[in-house]
Amino acid sequence: MRTIGYIIQKEFIQIFRDRFMPKIIFLVPLLQLLILSYTATFEIKQTRIVILDNDHSVESRKLISLFQGSRFFSCSLDVEGMEVAERLINTRKVHQVLVIPHGFERTMINREPVTIQLITDAVDGSAGALRSAYAQSIVQRYSLDINTRVTGLDIKPPLVATWSFWYNPELHYTTFMVPGILVLLVTIIGLFLTGINLVREKEMGTIEQINVTPIRKIQFIAGKLIPFWIIGLIELTFGLILAHFFFDVPILGNPAIIYLVAAIYLVLIMGIGLIISTVSDTQQQSMFISWFFLVLFILMSGLFTPAESMPAWAQIFNRINPIAYFIQVIRLVMLKGSGLADVSHQVISLSIYAVASIVIAVRRYRKTS
Amino acid sequence: MECRVRSDYNIRLMIRISDVEKHFGDVTALDKVTLSVQRGELFGLIGPDGAGKTTLLRIIASLMIPDAGSTLVAGHDVVKDFAKIRQMVGYMPGRFSLYQDLSVLENITFFASIFKTTLEENYDLIRDIYVQIEPFKHRQAGKLSGGMKQKLALCCALVHRPELLILDEPTTGVDAVSRIEFWDILNRLKAMGITIIVSTPYMDEASLCERIALIQGGHLLSIDTPAAVAASFPHSLFSVKTDNFFLLLTHLREWSATFSAYSFGEYVHFTPTSETITERDIMSFLVEKGHSETHVTKTQPTIEDSFMYLMMKKQNQYAG
Repeated sequence: MRTIGYIIQKEFIQIFRDRFMPKIIFLVPLLQLLILSYTATFEIKQTRIVILDNDHSVESRKLISLFQGSRFFSCSLDVEGMEVAERLINTRKVHQVLVIPHGFERTMINREPVTIQLITDAVDGSAGALRSAYAQSIVQRYSLDINTRVTGLDIKPPLVATWSFWYNPELHYTTFMVPGILVLLVTIIGLFLTGINLVREKEMGTIEQINVTPIRKIQFIAGKLIPFWIIGLIELTFGLILAHFFFDVPILGNPAIIYLVAAIYLVLIMGIGLIISTVSDTQQQSMFISWFFLVLFILMSGLFTPAESMPAWAQIFNRINPIAYFIQVIRLVMLKGSGLADVSHQVISLSIYAVASIVIAVRRYRKTS
Repeated sequence: MECRVRSDYNIRLMIRISDVEKHFGDVTALDKVTLSVQRGELFGLIGPDGAGKTTLLRIIASLMIPDAGSTLVAGHDVVKDFAKIRQMVGYMPGRFSLYQDLSVLENITFFASIFKTTLEENYDLIRDIYVQIEPFKHRQAGKLSGGMKQKLALCCALVHRPELLILDEPTTGVDAVSRIEFWDILNRLKAMGITIIVSTPYMDEASLCERIALIQGGHLLSIDTPAAVAASFPHSLFSVKTDNFFLLLTHLREWSATFSAYSFGEYVHFTPTSETITERDIMSFLVEKGHSETHVTKTQPTIEDSFMYLMMKKQNQYAG
């Protein structure tokens, strides 16, 4: 036990003496949290739309004025012809083109259905879908309105859904993203720093001197991992404080649950970092392997895109994706106020996983060659 | 009875290596190496780079598992009883392996504490070395000069009062003055009863050891005292010098009467195939070849000459 203490002491001296380590540990996460949570957004602020009015009637102008009145759209009406409009969309100068056909007003007054064309640039799939939905909702509103005016009857649609968004009523993206980014921070500490730290002993040759001492490998590994486990939890605290007081992200559940899960999760991810360090000889190698897994885990985790919409194989993969579990838990606890019982599945899975990863890591680690 | 035999080893032998082999893929690093080191001995492992010195020392330090053969350190098997060996061995690798970002004192304290001891407790052992680096005790190890690093590494290897000190090329890359100092230190440590096994590529350091083993290509060529190794040279040896050193070497190597000819400082060391060849024969051969200012003298073989001879004999054995 004393031996582990000496190793931990040595690690902390080295971490804080390093020129980069303290910055990597405290500055980089802060910047990441600030930048990512402000920029990783699904909200569409401005849609540039070209409206080709081939009718020039009172009704077509009414429809146009609805678009002009919306804060989501900025309209260009002076574009000459479809070819120009197409070029604008190809050069990404505008996002959408709405074509109102000739005879739009006359056909509607005759109570015949009219088709208008809406073209959306969908290079960025999710943004395209959102823009299309915004435009359609305006067309819908207009369509109800004209129905009333033409028939003279105040026809109410037979079915109206009223909606409200629970747990994140205003669909704030920061509320959604920040908990996920906290997970990212903890992961970077656990996975990268542990891996690099262990490989550095190999690269610098210091492991030779350690190996010839009576330090048992379990003591050495514990002494190496505990400092980063502590730093990971401090970092989480730091992140939670920022999230709550700076981004107004609610913490409805018990923070103790977040810490419990983070503590287990860190053991798991450090185990993976340790396994990576046993297969790599240099810090670069360890970095590359860590990146590979990090990117894979993050993209599939549901941090940026909902995991529920991924194909079945990806959802099966997510059962072994530790980041996915932690993101679920942290979002549930922070935004929904879930208790330990609600996240017991994730906690148990992570615990089993943590034990497995640390056992494999310790077994793989060798003092002799 | 069994017990008696083991304790006998304990008393007399610090290291007992029998038929040890180690392969790295197709390369044979050690081939059936057998070697014993007495307690309290200063033993040298002499050989060129890549001879297998580091591999052998790492096996003794329990850092590497041999493919075959047995290695006992103070009667403990290096594979099975590695935990016991690590308590009693101090190892200084060829490459500086302490924490460069920790200070001199932090390094010593760290290694002392993981051996559950302190600098003060074993101060008598390392005092002579420590006082030299003490002025820099708060400097980071990475910022020390080569000689200082060497001394720090030795301090760390000694801080737990090991019975056996394993030094892998401690003087490689160290200036001449520091090298002499370093050997002085080793002799003082030996006087305090510590067994030392040291490897070096420098033949001149071999004579500073009590016994040496010459190693080449994973084979031990000879194990004896430095004087005996030098005296084992079986032929007459001539020291030759002329006005044209390069042609001298070429001509001697073409001569049918030559067993070996190699440069030795500003001279060529020449061994004839037959003992009947004299200074006069060599002289007349060289004059015939157009050399002038020719000096030929019979000379005493050194360890290096024995090493060259044994190496060639081994090569010829394989060639034949």
